[in-house]
Amino acid sequence: MFPTPIEKRPRSAQITYQAFLPVALIVWLLPLLAVALFSIKPDADFTNGNYWGIPSSFEAFNNYGKVFFESNMPRYLMNSLLITIPTVIGAVALSCMAGFALGVYKFKGNLLIFFIFIAGNFVPFQILMVPVRDLTVSMNLYDTKLGLVLFHVAFQTGFCTLFMRNFIRALPFPLIEAARVEGVAEWRIFLFVVLPLMKPALAALAVLIFTFIWNDYFWAVVLTQGPDAQPVTAGITEFNSQFRAAYHLMSAGSIVAALPPVAMFFLMQKHFIAGLTLGAVK
Amino acid sequence: MSVSPAVPRTDATQPQRSWYKRNEIAITPWLFLLPAMLFFAVYVIIPIGQSFWISLHDWDGLGDKTWVGTANYERLLGIGDQNIDRKFEVSFWNNLRWLVLYLLAIPAGLFIALFLNQTVTGIRLYKSLFFFPFVISQVVVGLVFSWFYLPNDGLFDVITGFFGVDIRGGVLGNPNTATYGIIAAGLWPQTAYCMILYLTGLNAVDPEQVEAARLDGAKGRKMLWYVILPQLKPATFIAFVVTIIGALRSFDLISVMTNGGPFGSTRVLSFYMFEESLSEFGFRMGYGAAIAVVLFFIMLGFIVYFLWSMYQDEKGAR
Repeated sequence: MFPTPIEKRPRSAQITYQAFLPVALIVWLLPLLAVALFSIKPDADFTNGNYWGIPSSFEAFNNYGKVFFESNMPRYLMNSLLITIPTVIGAVALSCMAGFALGVYKFKGNLLIFFIFIAGNFVPFQILMVPVRDLTVSMNLYDTKLGLVLFHVAFQTGFCTLFMRNFIRALPFPLIEAARVEGVAEWRIFLFVVLPLMKPALAALAVLIFTFIWNDYFWAVVLTQGPDAQPVTAGITEFNSQFRAAYHLMSAGSIVAALPPVAMFFLMQKHFIAGLTLGAVK
Repeated sequence: MSVSPAVPRTDATQPQRSWYKRNEIAITPWLFLLPAMLFFAVYVIIPIGQSFWISLHDWDGLGDKTWVGTANYERLLGIGDQNIDRKFEVSFWNNLRWLVLYLLAIPAGLFIALFLNQTVTGIRLYKSLFFFPFVISQVVVGLVFSWFYLPNDGLFDVITGFFGVDIRGGVLGNPNTATYGIIAAGLWPQTAYCMILYLTGLNAVDPEQVEAARLDGAKGRKMLWYVILPQLKPATFIAFVVTIIGALRSFDLISVMTNGGPFGSTRVLSFYMFEESLSEFGFRMGYGAAIAVVLFFIMLGFIVYFLWSMYQDEKGAR
């Protein structure tokens, strides 16, 4: 193990380390802690210039209540959910199949198709922006959730296919061969042999894509406009103009907007990290 | 080469099998690929070509396109008797700043990973809390940092004021510091990402090699450089890829924190493109597409390098 495990160091080093850990963490998360502090302060603290001191009163319920009951925030959150969940399902389903095809079969163009999926995934969004917006408008899907979902599914398929294909590659191939010898149809091999083995990959991708899509801002701005379809990342700017300079409410709103992927991360940490670090170890 | 050993023996004992049955192995992969390829072609591959096409036109997004040939590029790059587009120049240099400074996330992430790679009680919670910034959307990171940077009242200004440094107009209000302020905000989640990559990599470092190196008297920096880092190469590669892509995709933070200002000093190509084609300044889609094409070619250099590295790996795996 590197660096040398702290247990093998002198007692003083251990204590220093243990004491330093929380300090380092607080410094690291300082901007976030500041926002959390903002979100429980009363309005008066900001007008009095008490930005960083102890809150003069505890207003968390008031502030968060305002976010939920006096703004469009719940609608934006709902939109985000209605965009994110179908995208996760769609992208994972498409890429499962594509990954199966690319990981199990050998055919001409296999590697080429695989590399097109990877390359497409790295492309700058801006080169897609004008045509995709145009396409969405011409399908009458501008400013709808479906328009966003369709694009996200397509784009995320690149990354997901990369992930799935590599995962399937690592599965024991004799299993598939054995099924073939038994005369099992190929689609049944996919459904009953490969798919059950892919559960960890499915979970990892699902959390990852959930976070990516929830946090998307660019496409939300390009393809949607108002509270009917806008997800929370885009909605928060409107929210902020409603509560201009009301830092306590803006920070409460930000925390609410950021919370779902955070919750997802803490609930599914193992899968999340497995997904993110795919390929980081050999 | 294209014939897999897994092809079942197609002997003549079953002459009645349907055409699909006989060609099952050859057809199935295409059936499985079809939906993904269709989506990907319509929304990703074809639009790239369309953008090239649009960039050769003058277009407001609604009416007819007017063919202008390479005029958009000439105006952008200042070919012929015109000057280079000033906004483009600023954006381009800012992109370079982003690229170079964003790479700091890699050593910073490694540093934190080394710091956290211990087994004391509660370390798992520490690791996930350190990773926290990456999970939050860039929009929220941008908002959080813009409050952090507020002139006079922001925590950053309070702290620098304590040391006697005063940035006029606040970090984001001053054209000399604004871009760096935004990059710092971007480095925060990016460092967390690199950290988690390295933590996973460190987990897989071969303990026997480390012990052997220790017996040979290697320690500290030497150990890190000659024993640990070579084993972390896959993690470093991924960290490099995601950091470069992240740097060139920077849009959210700029849009939320400064909206390109002050005086357009924080524009990058991706933001400038958006501004030209979809903002209150008008819908100059042709010109915007030309900017996107330039950005695409910058990215393409990296993409080719990434794919080439991956291809080498693939060949090695055979």
